Amino acid sequence: MTRCDQCHEREAVVHLTQIAQDQVVTLHLCERCAAEKGVESAANLAKTPVGSFLASMGKGLEATAALPGMTPPGACPTCGATMADFRESGRLGCAECYRAFEGPLRDLLRRLHGSSRHLGERYAAAGTEEAIPEPGAEQLRQQLQLAIDTENFELAAELRDRLRTFGGAGD
Amino acid sequence: MIDLSLLPDGGMAWLDGSGPSSHLVLSTRIRLARNLATYPFAPRSSVTQREAVLREVLAAARETVSLREALVFRLDRMESTDRQLLHERHLVSRELAGAGEGLAARPGAAVMVQARAGVMLNEEDHLRLQGLRSGFDLEATYQDVDRVDTELGQRLPFAFHPEFGYLTSCPTNVGTGLRASVLIHLPGLVLTKEITKVLQGLAQVGLTFRGLYGEGSEVVGNFFQLSNQTTLGKTEQELLDHLGKMVRQVIEYEEQAREVLVRDVPTIIEDKVWRAYGLLRYARSLTFEETMNLLSGVRLGVGLGLVDRTGLYALNKLLIHTQPAHLAVLEGVGPDDPDLNVRRARYVRALLDDEAARRGQSP
Repeated sequence: MTRCDQCHEREAVVHLTQIAQDQVVTLHLCERCAAEKGVESAANLAKTPVGSFLASMGKGLEATAALPGMTPPGACPTCGATMADFRESGRLGCAECYRAFEGPLRDLLRRLHGSSRHLGERYAAAGTEEAIPEPGAEQLRQQLQLAIDTENFELAAELRDRLRTFGGAGD
Repeated sequence: MIDLSLLPDGGMAWLDGSGPSSHLVLSTRIRLARNLATYPFAPRSSVTQREAVLREVLAAARETVSLREALVFRLDRMESTDRQLLHERHLVSRELAGAGEGLAARPGAAVMVQARAGVMLNEEDHLRLQGLRSGFDLEATYQDVDRVDTELGQRLPFAFHPEFGYLTSCPTNVGTGLRASVLIHLPGLVLTKEITKVLQGLAQVGLTFRGLYGEGSEVVGNFFQLSNQTTLGKTEQELLDHLGKMVRQVIEYEEQAREVLVRDVPTIIEDKVWRAYGLLRYARSLTFEETMNLLSGVRLGVGLGLVDRTGLYALNKLLIHTQPAHLAVLEGVGPDDPDLNVRRARYVRALLDDEAARRGQSP
């Protein structure tokens, strides 16, 4: 195990490569010392945009205690993962989580990638010829209403622009 | 012990020193993250589910052209040195290999390799399709991996969302699931102290850099992996074009830095290069890190036409074979062998001697 260069006690989990003068210097730090130095580990980085943003999202849900054997409220109906799980690990549980947490995820994706709209190749489901289409005008209108209700005006503006390409803006 | 000789060129075709800009760019790698809609993502899957994913993908792969003759390595059934070996060969990620003290590969962890394409299974995502080529060739590498994607996608139910695209365990990979990385050697920019500026510039245009072994690894021997940061909101072609354009820019900066060095401090550069060569050729004990840094110096010398006693392929071979697990296997000793540094120096010496003799140079 590589020990932390700072405290010389805990295991180093963050390897910070810095370039000082003409030397590439690598600093090995444990989670705690890294945090003190304001360095974010890969795990932390994954958590950060997720964490700061979602911190508010799941709180109300967690407060409601789940009964044993029941899917906790607000959990993904398919895999049972909750927002708290996501906040903790930075990983979603299954494909259905993207539908279960669609609203908050759309915002998160926009923060991470600058967009929530896939423009790349479209998947044609196994055994079919036709690619899965982009959301239609009706779905976009629903999303727009949701964006307005939650006062997410940036997203609302984008959705409105996209709706215009269908020929009828939803206003 | 696994037999890597079964792989085309021992799985080292990507290091043969061929391909565009191979004096600076070692390799181009593109991976596409894919998941099966029918199972929880790998981190949340049970052992049975992970085994099922593996079974289904292997069955589908046998019906394809691009993977039907693939070699399959089950990392969860391999010894630690062998897993490390695959990782050092850049065929599997550190995470999949479970490389590192006290770590093990997770159940169902496997890799398939055929020619320039392959698939990592049960990594963070069910499938990580990958293409790997020598030199700087984003187009051809993408074609390799795209063929695998198309063939497997026709047979497996990939998780895809109408708006978000291909779904991944971590939202940072969603959309195209595409991460393209170019492994590039930039000693000129490091020596002229321009590297920080260049890397900061890349960060501003949405690119990121990693060390020799990808995510979470350190920069050694002045090797940098440059790759796209985001995966959503752009087409595959846009992502590749953007990275390609920026890498060409970095290549230009590196060439300029080298010109400056040769023009302004020719003696210092020559001395640096030949000291590196001399140490590699005559040292009696070499650590891995020292070897990497010396190889960087010699590679710069070959690139500048100062050193003709060795070629890029020999340097690439040394880069791979002097890594701890490779060296241990080549020497038939355990990974904790106390004489590994001595063995490393002996191995490097022998290879450089052969190479010089082959090129008709006296010691």
